[in-house]
This record gives sequence, structure tokens and C-alpha cells, in this order.
Amino acid sequence: MNIIIMGCGRVGAELARLFAAEEHKVTIIDVDANSFDVLLTDFGGTTLLGDATDEEMLEKAGITEADAFIAVTRDDDKNGMAAQIAKQIFNVPKVICRMYDPLQAEFFASLGLEAISPVLLFVQLVKEKIRDN
Amino acid sequence: MYSIIVGGGDLGRALAREFLANGHEVLIIEKEAATCEQLKDELGSVSLCSIGSEIAALTRAGIERADIFIAVTPEDDDNLAACEIAKRKFNVNRVISKVNNPRNEHIFAKLGIDCTVNGVGPVLENIKILTGIFPLVHLFNFKEKELELVLVKVPDGPLADTSLKDSVLPVDAMIILLIRQGEKSEIPTPETVLQAGDELVCLIPSGSAKSLQAALAN
Repeated sequence: MNIIIMGCGRVGAELARLFAAEEHKVTIIDVDANSFDVLLTDFGGTTLLGDATDEEMLEKAGITEADAFIAVTRDDDKNGMAAQIAKQIFNVPKVICRMYDPLQAEFFASLGLEAISPVLLFVQLVKEKIRDN
Repeated sequence: MYSIIVGGGDLGRALAREFLANGHEVLIIEKEAATCEQLKDELGSVSLCSIGSEIAALTRAGIERADIFIAVTPEDDDNLAACEIAKRKFNVNRVISKVNNPRNEHIFAKLGIDCTVNGVGPVLENIKILTGIFPLVHLFNFKEKELELVLVKVPDGPLADTSLKDSVLPVDAMIILLIRQGEKSEIPTPETVLQAGDELVCLIPSGSAKSLQAALAN
């Protein structure tokens, strides 16, 4: 698969490493050149410096050939915009974005976007653990 | 009328001042606490220090009863998210966004935010007018009616000394005002004879500026 990841933080870098190790073609984009330092030297994917809410940058990243687009910067609005561009403008088959704000994630999900709130996931997990006691 | 403005920068402030001066109720949502303090000093208690794309903040701002929602932050992604929420979750009647990067305008339109003003175009056209060297300048775009208001300059050549009815200007260009140096501006008639240097305010179908410009250059 051809996978583009926006945001090279802990989650983005880990996803990139994982998919690259599984022989997928991975491109990871970030606005901060230093963010790529978390990737190990044996990372087999491509790093691209830039803002993935910019259409031209997405084209440079090969979005027209992408099978999946994952937006995991720490900015909910940026993730939402990039994910919507990937889905609505470039028709990428699988688009996933992270939104910390559970209400915003729920709203964008109602528009058909696969928006995941890590806050909600963690809260649910903790809730279950407390209940199990 | 109750308007919510997201972004308390120069533009957001100027807008708020206009609304207030016309007796409308307004609230600015601004994320920087220091800017909120300035807003308070300048305009009174009309700001909420929060994030304009946060549903909880919008609810606190009373978005359910807002008539107009305007996003003018310097970040297009923030403006887009805020407007999508205002329009599609809260059904605000008029949702308007500033689009900082003109290339993003079509993305906003595709995502249903079609009432946009791009942050470059109007400034660019105003500067073009002031240089005095451009044959055609865009004044305003009536997007919903698919019409544009443009200002053109009559060049030296065959068009000068020709009456409007004999001119080669496109028939769908409606010439609504003639501005002549040193004279009173007037609404031209078919008999009006053009002079080199005349300026014409024309209403034309969207996207037809090029054919008007070509007719002028002939």
C-alpha cells in the first residue's frame, strides 16, 4: 500500500516505522525538520518537509497514488482540513484523522470523516478498567 | 442581529466596530488572552477568550441564536473547521470565511463553505488601481449572481472617439458609469462618445474579463 502520514510526532513516527517495516511505501510529512529525528536511521520511507493542508504539498507527496492518508498532527483543525482535502478533492480510499476534542471528532464523523479522538479512547479504557475492579 | 466573529486581529476588530456602530450585537472569539484584554479595553465586553472551532466554546458563545458567523483568523484550517461547525452543526444562516491562501478558496467551496473572501485578491486589485497602469481591475465579485464589477480604461486607439453603440465592446458587458478626468461622472448612453483615458465601470458575467480586455486592446 501507498500510505501518506501527516505529522511526525510520536504516533506519526510509530505508524511510519510500522508500515515501512511491513514493506508499505510510506511518506511522512511535517512542517518541522527536527521532527524527523525520532525516526531511526533504518527508516525505509520518505520524509517530506511542508504543510499537508497545502494541495501542492499533497501532490508532491504522491496523494493521487495514495491508498491511505493519516493525519496526526497535534492540531485538530489542521488534521480535519488535510483529511477532507485527501478525501473530497483527491478521493483517497482510506482517510483517518486524529481529533483530540471528542465533540469535534463526533461532528466530523457525522460528515463522513473517519475522525478518532484519543481522549475518548483513553477515557473509555480507564472507565472499563475501573468498572472491572 | 447577533454576529459571532472568530479571530480578534485587525480585521476582526474592524468588523466588530462596524457591527457595533450599526447597533448590532457582536461577540469576538479570540484564543490569545493578551489580545482579549486589548479587545476589552477597546470595545468593552464583547470577547470570549477561547478557540473558535471548539463546539463547547461556540455553545457558550450562544451560536444557536447567531444570525451571522464570520471566521477571520490567519489560519485557513481554523477558519474552515469553525465555519463547517457553524454551518452544518448549528445551521447558522450566514457563514462567511476569510481564506488567507487564495489557492484554498476552491477547497472551501467544495466542502460547502462558499461564502468566502480571499485575503489577497481585494488588496491586490486595490494596489493595481493605485498604480494606474492596469487596463482592467476587478472591483467586486457578485458570486451568487455570477457577475463581476470591473473598472477598465479606454486606451488610445480605435475605441476612443467611438460612440458606445458603435464600439466593439462585448454586448454582455453592461457599462454603468463613465469617469472622465476633470468632468462629472455620468451614466453613459448609447450615443456617448468615448475618449482615450476614460474609465468605465462595467458589470460583466463572471469569467468574461478576458474577452472585455481583448476588445479594449483591439
